[in-house]
Amino acid sequence: MIIKVHPLPMTSILTNLFDGVAYGMLLFVLACGLAVTLGLMNFVNLAHGAFAMAGGYVCMVLVNRMGWPFFAALPLAFVSSAAIGIVLERTLYRHLYTRSHLDQVLFTIGLTFMSVAAVDYIQGSSRVFINLPAALQGQFDLFGVGIGRYRLMIIVICGLLTIALQMVLAKTRFGSRLRAAVDDPRAASGLGINVPQVFAFTFAFGCGLAGLGGALSAEILGLDPYFPLKFMIYFLIVVTVGGSSSITGPFLASLLLGIGDVAGKYYVPKMGPFVIYTMMIVILIWRPNGLFGRTAAR
Amino acid sequence: MSAASDVGHHAQRQARWHYGEIAFWLIVLACGFAFPTRYLIMTDILRLALFTMSLDLILGYAGIVSLGHAAFFGVGAYAAGLLALHGIVKEPVLALIVAGLAAMVLGFATSFLVIRGVDLTRLMVTLGIALLLEALAERFSNITGGTDGLQGIEMQPIFGEIPFDMFGKAGFFYSLAVLFLLFLFARRVVHSPFGLSLRAIKNNPLRAAAIGIPVNRRLIAIYTLAAFYAGVAGALFTQTTAIASLDVFAFERSADLMLVLVIGGTGYLYGGLVGAVIFRMLQEVFSTITPQYWQFWIGLVLVVIVLIGRQRLHRWVLYVPNLIIKQIAGRKAVVAVPESEA
Repeated sequence: MIIKVHPLPMTSILTNLFDGVAYGMLLFVLACGLAVTLGLMNFVNLAHGAFAMAGGYVCMVLVNRMGWPFFAALPLAFVSSAAIGIVLERTLYRHLYTRSHLDQVLFTIGLTFMSVAAVDYIQGSSRVFINLPAALQGQFDLFGVGIGRYRLMIIVICGLLTIALQMVLAKTRFGSRLRAAVDDPRAASGLGINVPQVFAFTFAFGCGLAGLGGALSAEILGLDPYFPLKFMIYFLIVVTVGGSSSITGPFLASLLLGIGDVAGKYYVPKMGPFVIYTMMIVILIWRPNGLFGRTAAR
Repeated sequence: MSAASDVGHHAQRQARWHYGEIAFWLIVLACGFAFPTRYLIMTDILRLALFTMSLDLILGYAGIVSLGHAAFFGVGAYAAGLLALHGIVKEPVLALIVAGLAAMVLGFATSFLVIRGVDLTRLMVTLGIALLLEALAERFSNITGGTDGLQGIEMQPIFGEIPFDMFGKAGFFYSLAVLFLLFLFARRVVHSPFGLSLRAIKNNPLRAAAIGIPVNRRLIAIYTLAAFYAGVAGALFTQTTAIASLDVFAFERSADLMLVLVIGGTGYLYGGLVGAVIFRMLQEVFSTITPQYWQFWIGLVLVVIVLIGRQRLHRWVLYVPNLIIKQIAGRKAVVAVPESEA
């Protein structure tokens, strides 16, 4: 094994920080749908990564095989994942909201296995890459700090999405309906809020975001049929560590996880994912409801 | 009849050996003689059955959902492999116990983390521990052999008398003996007052605590015991296949394990044995249809089982046997529907 000796000047720290932030933001977009289903609706959805993978593959097929421009394919990745999400929610998921956690775990593991094998069957088991436009390739220097163009785009897109999400949740009528439905479904339906509809819509939107995240992450995380299994733990970490009281918790948790993972892989490559798992277990023991959690999971 | 003696009476009647059970074990033993060419797959089923029994102890009786039970399996597997490879404990049975104890120590240490928190935290912590161990095994590749696994394990004869043969005959009967002994012990445990208190905890921890059951201590005890069982299963894996590789810790192993238990049914100990047989047969069928994509069908089975509902499924499966028993014996069926998971 070759051990790389890294210099530790300020610029390399900043570049790593930048990469970490991009990675974290990506994780947030991937996982924030899960924050709603798992954190708010208390549904253990281990198949969340499958929706992300679906979006990634849709984007890949559109760009590589059909020659669509990358930025036109991104919304379609969102839409297709959301469509799959709403179909599954209406037909399968909604029957399981009231079932035990064991049933939910079994069901979603089953879905994950099916998605892995299905994608393997359709697209092959090797890693796929999405052809990026030239404008997004390479990096430029900003005050000596290497900034990857693609990562900068991820930060911009994900940052805007986060702000938009926060605004929707806090300011719009739908946002207040969702918060009401989550706080107390019975009282909310008593007030005339169509709770199942709100949940279905939120679920679909979360799946769509995951699909968008999947499309964006092909370049950074790597996209292959085992994506849902490989990154399941990361999504779960974001949600459980971040708690579910607002989207700020998961957001901060994603950033922490992203920066920690990138820095860990760069500075202590031999420890591998060890750092992340240890951190997660310690945090969960220390605060079982997450770092930024508000109430116990019901 | 007072309530206490009523409960005692029921518990005792449940604990008695039924003819069905004796017949079951005789059939298992008979399989060993009936299919001399199939020792390898049958040994595999026995190992899986033992591993599943371990999960049944914590899931079926104590209600702890674990996504990382492979952690203990892996520790047992590597412990047995290392003991044999470096000749620390040469005798397989002794090595088996030592490997089980190693897993047990880990189980005891991690049980404190697991009993804290709700289902979700448990899922995450168990999953995290398994992943952590996998990462550790990969990191310390000078000890574990990394991705290549432990190679060149040579097993000494059992008790210094019976060597492992290449057809797996000795391995099969060795595994069967271990499984049966551990089954006897598990059966004793779950029908003891201790086992009854576990069921009380599973049904309602708060109420169990209110009637004076030390909930946390009981959970720690059963989790530690289950870890021992899983460790022995892992050690059997290494001893009968002479390999230990990183995939002993894999998430798929823990997930498959849940499927096996769910197919077989939780909370009556035979679930592991029945489930293991059905699971391996399913796997065989699926991999002949689509060799590379059998995971798809396994996933489909999981989804269907959950959607139909496990209880309803078991009622359907047991309908015919129960009908026959009712006709012949003229009494209520002894094959009970496993307890619900709610």
